[in-house]
Amino acid sequence: MNLLEKLDAAAAARKALLPDGVGAFGIPIEEVFSATEARIGSRRVLLMGTNNYLGLTFSPECIRAAHEAIDKEGTGTTGSRMANGSYFGHRALEKEFADFYQCGSGIVFTTGYQANLGTISGLVGPGDTVLIDGDSHASIFDGCILSGANIIRFKHNDMADMEKRLRRLGDNIETTLIIAEGIYSMLGDQAPLADIVQLKNKYGGILLLDEAHSLGVLGKTGQGLVETTGLLNEVDFITGTFSKSLCSIGGFCVSNHPQLEQLRYVSHPYIFTASPSPATIASTRAALELLRKGSHLRDKLWSNCRQLYSQLQEVGYQLGPDPGPVIAAVVATPQQALLLWQQLLEHNIYVNLILPPAAPEGKSLVRCSVNAAHTTEEIRYVGDTFVKLYDAINTQA
Amino acid sequence: MTESNYDEIMKLLCDRLSDLTNADVLIAPETNLINQLSIDSIKLLNLIMEIEDAFDISIPINALTDVQTVRELADLVHKIKITSS
Repeated sequence: MNLLEKLDAAAAARKALLPDGVGAFGIPIEEVFSATEARIGSRRVLLMGTNNYLGLTFSPECIRAAHEAIDKEGTGTTGSRMANGSYFGHRALEKEFADFYQCGSGIVFTTGYQANLGTISGLVGPGDTVLIDGDSHASIFDGCILSGANIIRFKHNDMADMEKRLRRLGDNIETTLIIAEGIYSMLGDQAPLADIVQLKNKYGGILLLDEAHSLGVLGKTGQGLVETTGLLNEVDFITGTFSKSLCSIGGFCVSNHPQLEQLRYVSHPYIFTASPSPATIASTRAALELLRKGSHLRDKLWSNCRQLYSQLQEVGYQLGPDPGPVIAAVVATPQQALLLWQQLLEHNIYVNLILPPAAPEGKSLVRCSVNAAHTTEEIRYVGDTFVKLYDAINTQA
Repeated sequence: MTESNYDEIMKLLCDRLSDLTNADVLIAPETNLINQLSIDSIKLLNLIMEIEDAFDISIPINALTDVQTVRELADLVHKIKITSS
């Protein structure tokens, strides 16, 4: 099979799951009206498949900051920070992230994906080990691959399995990076951080926590899982993204280890890419300020999360173990997931369809992302529609 | 690690693969895991976890990219077992 035939085979496998005309992946969105509404085809839909957790995509403060940055500094930096220099905004945002997490330093990356890619591949290399959760995001996995380190995974959130693998590492623990996530993107569940820290302290290793989905969502000031657990000082490196609660694009890593600064000179995903645009940095800085003061947004978000989670759980949908902004209904077959996704769209609700092998353990998921801008009525409508469709989906098995 | 240990690894692999696949397929050292046994990535990872527990080792996921046949998997398990002993 030549290179192009391999792509044809992959396309055929995709088409076998998704009939022609069903554009569930990369669906064309024609217009965006607000943090909660858009037009898909001729439909005005309720957006339940974004990661806009605090609903800040149209916040006047962020929009104004982005406009002003464009007027002042132009549309792009046109190159890397290493070669073309670090703008005031890049350095200011790094300091603001470091201050937010009470850390010595911070680094900003061009995307959240690159934040994990760059941090992991900068910290470990061939001969080292990364111990990762089985449900880790692709950016973590790809960072590990890029590093050339030995990749060992433990069963998702299974502390007995994690301990077994830590024990087996023996002396290699000295060069081991342990990686977990504040909230896992597929089922919306949280890492058992207290147990992970306990094991790290017992066996050793360096701990990296990715707060991509938990930043702005968990904790009094929105730091994430480190704040709700009170374990900020036990985590060595924290990464995260700007593309969810902060409503732009980019990523960061903060740490109290002064060696973090060295990543600027060894991490290819940091060095060999254009730096974030002035508008991106400016809107992110404005959003971080809103996030820090946004306890009312978190209260509304969690009220929405609990409302939808309990409604779906009550009717019998199998969900992840924790209520949260990611609420995924696990269904038995890809066909059922597709039917549910299509029916929701027929009811003007856009959610995410996740089919094997993208979902963990071969599951099929219909995933909702709740945000603080959804009204109680909108959440109730989504819940009622899921309830209405429950029997139709389950008789289709 | 002795030769008998290698045989033990090979036997365990063949037994478990036989359980996972069509009973009509004869499992031999040169059997290709993907092409002949159609083992998908999830089944393979579950099998790997079983083997890891059986021999009290951890097999790096990236080491599996070079594994195509039952013999290659047995060689990898054997090598890791020796270095971790």
